[in-house]
Amino acid sequence: MDLATFLVQCLNAVQYGLLLFLVASGLTLIFGIMGVINLAHGSFYMLGAYLAFALAPWFGDWFVTRLVAGVALAAIFGYVLEWAFFSFLYERDHLQQVLLTYALILVFEELRSILVGNDVHGVPAPSWLGGGFRLGGLMEYPWYRVFASAACLVVALALYAVVQKTRLGMMIRAGASNRDMVRGLGVDIRRLYRIVFAGGVALAALAGMIAAPLSSVYPNMGASVLIICFVVVVIGGIGSITGALIASLLVGFVDTFGKVFFAEWSGVGIYLLMAIVLVWRPEGLMKRGF
Amino acid sequence: MPHVLLRAAALSTALIASTAFAQSSGPIKIGLMLPYSGTYAALGSAIENGFKLYVQEQGGKLGGREVQYFKVDDESEPSKATDNVNKLIKRDNVDVLVGTVHSGVALAMAKAAKDNNTLLVIPNAGADAITGPMCAPNIVRSSFSNWQPGYAMGVVAGQKGVKRAMTITWGYAAGAESTKGFTEGLEKNGGKVIKDLTLPFPQVEFQALLTEIAAQKPDAVYAFFAGGGAVKFVKDYAAAGLNKTIPLYGPGFLTDGTLEAQGASAQNMLTTLHYADNLDTPKNNAFRKAYAIAYKSQPDVYAVQGYDAAQILANGLKAVGGDLGKREQLAAAMRKTPVDSPRGKFTLSAAGNPVQDMYLREVKGNNNEFRSVAVKALADPARGCKM
Repeated sequence: MDLATFLVQCLNAVQYGLLLFLVASGLTLIFGIMGVINLAHGSFYMLGAYLAFALAPWFGDWFVTRLVAGVALAAIFGYVLEWAFFSFLYERDHLQQVLLTYALILVFEELRSILVGNDVHGVPAPSWLGGGFRLGGLMEYPWYRVFASAACLVVALALYAVVQKTRLGMMIRAGASNRDMVRGLGVDIRRLYRIVFAGGVALAALAGMIAAPLSSVYPNMGASVLIICFVVVVIGGIGSITGALIASLLVGFVDTFGKVFFAEWSGVGIYLLMAIVLVWRPEGLMKRGF
Repeated sequence: MPHVLLRAAALSTALIASTAFAQSSGPIKIGLMLPYSGTYAALGSAIENGFKLYVQEQGGKLGGREVQYFKVDDESEPSKATDNVNKLIKRDNVDVLVGTVHSGVALAMAKAAKDNNTLLVIPNAGADAITGPMCAPNIVRSSFSNWQPGYAMGVVAGQKGVKRAMTITWGYAAGAESTKGFTEGLEKNGGKVIKDLTLPFPQVEFQALLTEIAAQKPDAVYAFFAGGGAVKFVKDYAAAGLNKTIPLYGPGFLTDGTLEAQGASAQNMLTTLHYADNLDTPKNNAFRKAYAIAYKSQPDVYAVQGYDAAQILANGLKAVGGDLGKREQLAAAMRKTPVDSPRGKFTLSAAGNPVQDMYLREVKGNNNEFRSVAVKALADPARGCKM
């Protein structure tokens, strides 16, 4: 492998990692702060992708407006979902959470099948992001991929700012480390949870919307994303945003170079990484420290 | 007490008599085990539509007997396959099994059909093993083996002067069988596969492997993917600009039922399959018209395979006058009688797989248009079949 190829592969790894982070950050928020195992998180990713598909004819090239509209819809949806279902789960054990969220996967898949059908659909990228640029005489790199990475970075920074620098972020961090104490201090924990959940759903949906022009939309698209995201969350440390970022990039690199150098073993790579990290640090890279 | 015993005995004799009777008259029970939900739901209903269209054209009868359908949704789930197939065999007592799309499920069905000596017609699943090591007189297939389209594409690539090719697929049986066929076809025509790339099913993150292809600069790439994976791969390949310098070949599944989503990135791609959208033969035109009238939609290759599954079964039943007891004659007739398929006439090999023309097709708009016959009357080698 020459240097140019190596650098392109690094770019691939970073780009994949950033997209993973966007989905995983929502999962780690919900899992870490609310203590709910949310198997339906992959469905929210799918929801975002299908929203991008459904909204595309309405917004045309107003791509950013489309993203904002989709995120707003997803957040409202998340808020309602928390009120209707998830708010009953906090006091219950993990088995009941798994049962409910698994049932939600089935419901969402069936709804998708009824509303959109089972065909694969392409989602157009906006024309101002069409085309690509030559990369070291090797291949073309689509502008849209660059945009996707940039968008993920922006969201990561915004998330960091909200969690570290705002009052809401302070409550979220406090809620993650000791929810009873936070409640004791007079914070409306139910409302906080509702906001966090809506935010988590919005993040997953945003990831789906950004990924849609790259991946197309198709049945069961959330399933494989969900599994990798759980790996990211566990490696990063449950509830830690910084951990999720580091873990997604690690997973991106292991997956990319695993595919190139150990094709036969590439499916095992990220799980091996997870096992090693867990032996080294049983609570993940970051201990709920953000 | 003796009364009860006597009655029971009389009843059971009557039952035995009636089941024996059912062998040659009364409705023939057909068990459709197809995916009616999940990723392959559209394929399942296309197959069922095709099958029923043929039966309707025969006046609703096969071999002079009425047809009664039993349906089970296999969900494309191999872990439930044995239970599902037993529902049809043991509970519903079907005479014939028809199914399915997913190869893993079809292998379980083949095993059950073998154990219970039930007739099985497979309308899609391409696993080589079904008409290879698993072959049996009571098992036939109306579709293809994974090896077939791959081999045909290898021949075409070789004839186009491809010397160094790469293959890429998911690391599962169907992908390996398809690329193996391609490698064989290419090697017989002066080319070589320099590297096989795989990624775990059903991952769709291709960028790393595309970079690998760009670095190796082969003369051509052969890809086996289906559904969402096929759409994403073809689009990513074009987005990386590779389609300008390295032609992308594949079996028909790479561009069948996915063209709307692939859009411009699939235009002018060459693939091989046993069917093309615009085959201009009287049989195909009549079939497409009848299907469009009956179901208000255009048929695809899966509908053709369903149609032919019914036809193969009808050929066998006709030869024995609807008497399922005459197994040997039935099995022989299903293989010997030419099938007048919309794809063109074909017969079945001894192993029960179609010996059929493979077409080279080119993507134009939303159609896979016929270009030429890539290989005439191609038979699967049926490796490992002992019958």
